[in-house]
Amino acid sequence: MSDTIRELTEQKYKYGFVTDVEEDRIRKGLDEDVVRLISSKKQEPQFLLDFRLKAFRHWLTLEEPTWAKVHYNPIDYQGIVYYSAPRPRKKLSSMDEVDPEMREAFAKLGIPLEEQKRLSNVAVDAVFDSVSVATTFKKKLADMGVIFGSFSDAVKEHPALIEKYLGSVVPYTDNYFATLNSAVFSDGSFAYIPKGVRCPMELSTYFRINAADTGQFERTLIVADEGASVSYLEGCTAPQRDQNQLHAAVVELVALDRADIKYSTVQNWYPGDAEGKGGIYNFVTKRGKAMKGSRISWTQVETGSAITWKYPSCILQGDDSVGEFYSVALTNHRQQADTGTKMIHIGKNTRSTIVSKGISAGRGQNTYRGQVKIGKGAEGARNHSQCDSLLIGDRCSAHTFPYIEARNPTAQVEHEATTSKISEDQLFYCRQRGIKEEDAVSMIVNGFARQVLKELPMEFAVEAQKLLGMSLEGSVG
Amino acid sequence: MSQESNRTAAMLEVRDLRARIDEREILRGMSLTVNPGEVHAIMGPNGSGKSTFAGILAGKDRARVTGGTATLDGQDLLAMTPEARAVAGLFLGFQYPVEIPGVGNLYFMRTALNAQRRSRGEEELDAVDFLELAREKMKLVEMDPAFMNRGVNEGFSGGEKKRNEVLQMAVLEPRLAILDEIDSGLDIDALRVVARGVEALRSPVRSTILVTHYQRLLEYIVPDRIHVMAAGSIVLSGGRELALELEKKGYAWVDEEAKRGAFGAPAPVAP
Repeated sequence: MSDTIRELTEQKYKYGFVTDVEEDRIRKGLDEDVVRLISSKKQEPQFLLDFRLKAFRHWLTLEEPTWAKVHYNPIDYQGIVYYSAPRPRKKLSSMDEVDPEMREAFAKLGIPLEEQKRLSNVAVDAVFDSVSVATTFKKKLADMGVIFGSFSDAVKEHPALIEKYLGSVVPYTDNYFATLNSAVFSDGSFAYIPKGVRCPMELSTYFRINAADTGQFERTLIVADEGASVSYLEGCTAPQRDQNQLHAAVVELVALDRADIKYSTVQNWYPGDAEGKGGIYNFVTKRGKAMKGSRISWTQVETGSAITWKYPSCILQGDDSVGEFYSVALTNHRQQADTGTKMIHIGKNTRSTIVSKGISAGRGQNTYRGQVKIGKGAEGARNHSQCDSLLIGDRCSAHTFPYIEARNPTAQVEHEATTSKISEDQLFYCRQRGIKEEDAVSMIVNGFARQVLKELPMEFAVEAQKLLGMSLEGSVG
Repeated sequence: MSQESNRTAAMLEVRDLRARIDEREILRGMSLTVNPGEVHAIMGPNGSGKSTFAGILAGKDRARVTGGTATLDGQDLLAMTPEARAVAGLFLGFQYPVEIPGVGNLYFMRTALNAQRRSRGEEELDAVDFLELAREKMKLVEMDPAFMNRGVNEGFSGGEKKRNEVLQMAVLEPRLAILDEIDSGLDIDALRVVARGVEALRSPVRSTILVTHYQRLLEYIVPDRIHVMAAGSIVLSGGRELALELEKKGYAWVDEEAKRGAFGAPAPVAP
């Protein structure tokens, strides 16, 4: 393909700056003392320390999984710093007390922490190197009984909720990376929406990795009580560094009867340079449990990270529960993504929808991996999956691994898949109408991803569209 | 050159254009002059180079130009990118319009129009103003507004695609429109609608080149000049009566004459 497209996909990462803040970091490496140290630094109750220690001991018995279609240099788990927090961190009574350096960092990312500057309908929890630094609109939410803030604060203020739900969807034994996270997680967001409450604004966590040589292990837990509903957004960026950095987060969603949780992610971690040097290794476990008549909807736009290993899933436990997964994953240069979902149908008349759009450019590798499992008791369960791949240039690749397991004869499972290329004819057609080649590529890609992008909340959709165009700059070769 | 421009300045001026696809010479000394306000028809048998000629003027890079010149309003077309040619006012109506799934038709047209306006230093149209403009133009081609929010040509029938081409022409208001087999695959009603649209866009400041295999289209759009292409160049030019003669004698007649060298063009070499 033409040079323009090549230039287009070779664009630079915009968020690669480093913020100079004083860190409180512990020594490199991982052992039981480090786990205890993290827990004590955070002044945690005994149950949480026990949870961490059980996880750590279990982790020692596990092997790193190798089944994903990604290749990377071995991770040296003893070469990582497992706790790093911006210092000083005294209790903030207002946003004005946030470290100016940090406030500036978030402002640069387009996330002003001053409430009056925020979009009035989005509450933000800003997480910097796995530590929550500020949460906006906390008071307004509290008036409605909504709890939203850092995981650490929730441990102190609502220990009963944490003890009840932590590990209830992703147990500490779940998988290598989730187990590691359970042992060493530093912070993250917690949200609880009480019975029958429709959360009045979008909740949002913005994750920023800053420190070097550190691993990032956040933990997010969202509980929507009976009949409650919430829309939650997650965004992330990281500085440009030559070293790979490990990010192993866990997200658990609990949707009780008739609750509704919509979880949207725009993942823009540093993807590494054009030669594949540096970038984030993103090994994330995300799962939701849906009780009777509830709905869990995942929407993700994955454009960053050197390696993406991520399968936001739904356990459709209750009868008539609904699971949805809408995904756009874009890989450019030497990025590799192995992503998809699991829909586990347990209850009767459970329904799930999977729409996956993979875009590969440069030498990008894009894999959809999905599992649809219909249990014996899942009478009348239905699933529809659609996996489309778009190739840009002739050095990239796309793969699809759908696994279907149906144990109930009344189940209906459908799977559709397509693979297409941006054709010279499409580009010429656009250019003949006066549209520049790079804009044409961006437009065609956005058209391809539209079914997913329209699921995003408005402010995010616009961002995501721009991001898709940007991530492709320099792509077609 | 200067004496010529003192008279009527030609809009399109093509001189001795030569082009190859792979090693095969498709255009062999093509020349054509189109003045503002004129409608020309280029006819000819399959494989005579009509569509290649249209594509080369628009900047499609499948063919390689090996000689000759082409200017639009004095600008060297061959040195310009396809998008720059569009901005200069060249519009190509495609024989096979492509589908662009998920990109709304209306959005596509607005993006195109605004890209052109921006390049010309004109103000862009916002969504509301554009919608008004598009509604007006849709009447020209009797297009159902439901098509506007569907993907570009996505799932359109052959006739709908061609109407959509004429609609885009109406929206973009080009200086020179080249319509490549705009009549192919159309039933008689659709043909009438498309032709009426093209006729309505006739203007003293716009020129049109109709590339067609059949003279049927010319019953609806009456051209000022008709050219017959054979073996990569124009071998016959004339008025309306030429189309009728062709209808009677068929392209075989032109082919025979061309092969005999009757028009002075070299005989085509079998590929």
